[in-house]
Amino acid sequence: MDNYKPQKELFVPVERNEGESEKISRPSLSFWQDSFIRFRKNIGAMLGVFVLIVLIVMAIFGPMFNEYGENDQDLSVAKMPPKIEGLGWIGMDGTLTTVQTADTLEDAERKALMRFSNQEEFIDMTVLSNGANGEAEVRAVYDPYAAKGLEENFWFGTDGLGRDLWTRTWLGTRISLFIAFLAAAIDLVIGVAYGGISAYYGGRVDNYMQRIIEILVGIPNLVVVILMILILDPGILSIVIALTITGWISMARIVRGQILKLKNQEFVLASRTLGAPDNRILRRHLVPNVLGLIIINTMFTIPSAIFFEAFLSFIGLGLPTPTASLGTLIDDGFSSIQIYPHILLFPAIVISLIMIAFNIVADGLRDAFDPKMRE
Amino acid sequence: MSKEKLVEIRNLKQHFKTGRHSVVKAVDGLNFDIYKGETFGLVGESGCGKSTTGRTIIRLYDATDGEVLFNGENVHGKKDREQLKKFNREMQMIFQDPYASLNPRMKVEDIIAEGMDIHGLAKDEKERKAKVQELLETVGLNKEHANRYPHEFSGGQRQRIGIARALAVDPSFIIADEPISALDVSIQAQVVNLLKKLQEENQLTYLFIAHDLSMVKYISDRIGVMYFGKMVELADADDLYKHPIHPYTQSLLSSIPLPDPDYERSRERFTYDPSNHDTSEEPEFREVRPGHWVLCTTKEFEHYKKEHGAVTTS
Ligand SMILES: Nc1ncnc2c1ncn2[C@@H]1O[C@H](COP(=O)(O)OP(=O)(O)OP(=O)(O)O)[C@@H](O)[C@H]1O
Ligand SMILES: [Mg+2]
Repeated sequence: MDNYKPQKELFVPVERNEGESEKISRPSLSFWQDSFIRFRKNIGAMLGVFVLIVLIVMAIFGPMFNEYGENDQDLSVAKMPPKIEGLGWIGMDGTLTTVQTADTLEDAERKALMRFSNQEEFIDMTVLSNGANGEAEVRAVYDPYAAKGLEENFWFGTDGLGRDLWTRTWLGTRISLFIAFLAAAIDLVIGVAYGGISAYYGGRVDNYMQRIIEILVGIPNLVVVILMILILDPGILSIVIALTITGWISMARIVRGQILKLKNQEFVLASRTLGAPDNRILRRHLVPNVLGLIIINTMFTIPSAIFFEAFLSFIGLGLPTPTASLGTLIDDGFSSIQIYPHILLFPAIVISLIMIAFNIVADGLRDAFDPKMRE
Repeated sequence: MSKEKLVEIRNLKQHFKTGRHSVVKAVDGLNFDIYKGETFGLVGESGCGKSTTGRTIIRLYDATDGEVLFNGENVHGKKDREQLKKFNREMQMIFQDPYASLNPRMKVEDIIAEGMDIHGLAKDEKERKAKVQELLETVGLNKEHANRYPHEFSGGQRQRIGIARALAVDPSFIIADEPISALDVSIQAQVVNLLKKLQEENQLTYLFIAHDLSMVKYISDRIGVMYFGKMVELADADDLYKHPIHPYTQSLLSSIPLPDPDYERSRERFTYDPSNHDTSEEPEFREVRPGHWVLCTTKEFEHYKKEHGAVTTS
């Protein structure tokens, strides 16, 4: 092979500019800014945030939109169907419909009329099959708003005691969210403090604290909750206490795991060699590095607290009547689900939206904080 | 170089309980002195207890036994806050992993200024900023870097941030725990030269931990060789390289490759076999030649003295 040797003179040293080579041109972004940019790109999560904002705004201001109070009973307007002017096309036209079958057409019609207390002039009857083949079927559409001569509309209808469901649904949402936020906040404080102390001091402290957690975990949650509610008067406070008495454990475990991992990292050791006191290390080094996980975990705690509150109310351990929460509303509606499904429908939709939205947002936050964690 | 002792390590032991009955003797009876202004290199294979030694000296671990005297004052044992703070300023550490040694959630400025914040060395925000910028320039970084986060830097740059953090409290003794082993070779030289420059400017004393023997020789005045928690040989850097006495040191040195084909062709690698030692008594640390200490038994001592004692340092 031709050994071509370039001449030495052809080489000119590049002028090295020390300052230039150390320059970083990318704009400086903190971890949180970076995460926020990633989060904003997640359409699902942004949708979840939007839904949550709408629900929270409604929970705060919804009850003010009409003048019905939470407990304004009026049996004469009990179980009114939902009616919103202009939304008739999705079924919110304030009418009740029934389909009745019988052997003969007369029987079927009579049954339909009886269903709506014989107020013939407000019933619109359609014959679906005239009974020629042995089975008659009629559909009756009844307009209770016209029958009762009501001027105003109940947007979400009324319940069995004539209370406005719009007001009660949003008040219930408010109470449920309040309980959930309070429970999550208490979980957060206790869980972070407990897990943090347990992991940071380690050794015997950690050992004992973990044994206590194991004992608490060993007792079935529901048993603890039922006992708590039996001891305390039923109410928001007792539900919150019942929710938090074991709820902080998962937070404590997550925080402990993270801090155990972090506390021997070299940046923490460096801080210690500089003479940093324990609380500075916790505040400046450990907590900021666990904060992402804490936020994510809290975002998952809130919907499960809402669900648990609903569950307790549903099995009759929740808030006492007449307080509205999503759980008590669903419990109310469930008893007349076949005839008046609207009583159940709206709280059920709201609770589903809350659960889904919180979970999507929490998922989105997890992806935003730790892109590596995504499969 | 003055022969004033800065750090004296006396029978230092660090045993970790790893189970109910098992104990890891990570450091088992170390004795050595570090003189003011020198660089003491500590070498040995992975897991022999070098990091543990460094961390015990700086009080990250409580020593199981023995003492560390800094300027004649015991570092371990009960201390009040003021004494501890004074000591924390005197002795600092540079860490091995440039990616784990900087808090990812803090700005470079806050990382470097942490020591100043703890010890109240900056009167106000302006002075703090000025000091940080000065430190950044000392370690060869841009002052604009102060507002950035660690993940925006390369390994070498991060290591320099770590050095700046240690320098911020104006220490006199720095323990560098393999500060270059995670870096690219070209960057290693930069960081080592920076350390040397800083040593001259600030009259620093280093304990330089490494397993890369060639780099240790370049930076160290004296070198200690560790093997399984014990110091097996201690000598001036040149002396150790030219006349290794302990078979473990010989084996370590024989494993260094040199960019010299002739030498490489004839290079013989010794493997160290601990069972070849005389086991008639507990080995002790003895001075075979002036300033050259070896862990050996009486019999071995006689043998070493005959073989190496007469050779003069060239
Ligand atoms: N906190 C600890 N608990 C129990 N054992 C430990 C602990 N720290 C270190 N060890 C053990 O002590 C021994 C010495 O560890 P050390 O980290 O000092 O080694 P090293 O010489 O620094 O190695 P390397 O060159 O890989 O950094 C190892 O066997 C290690 O497993
Ligand atoms: Mg090490």
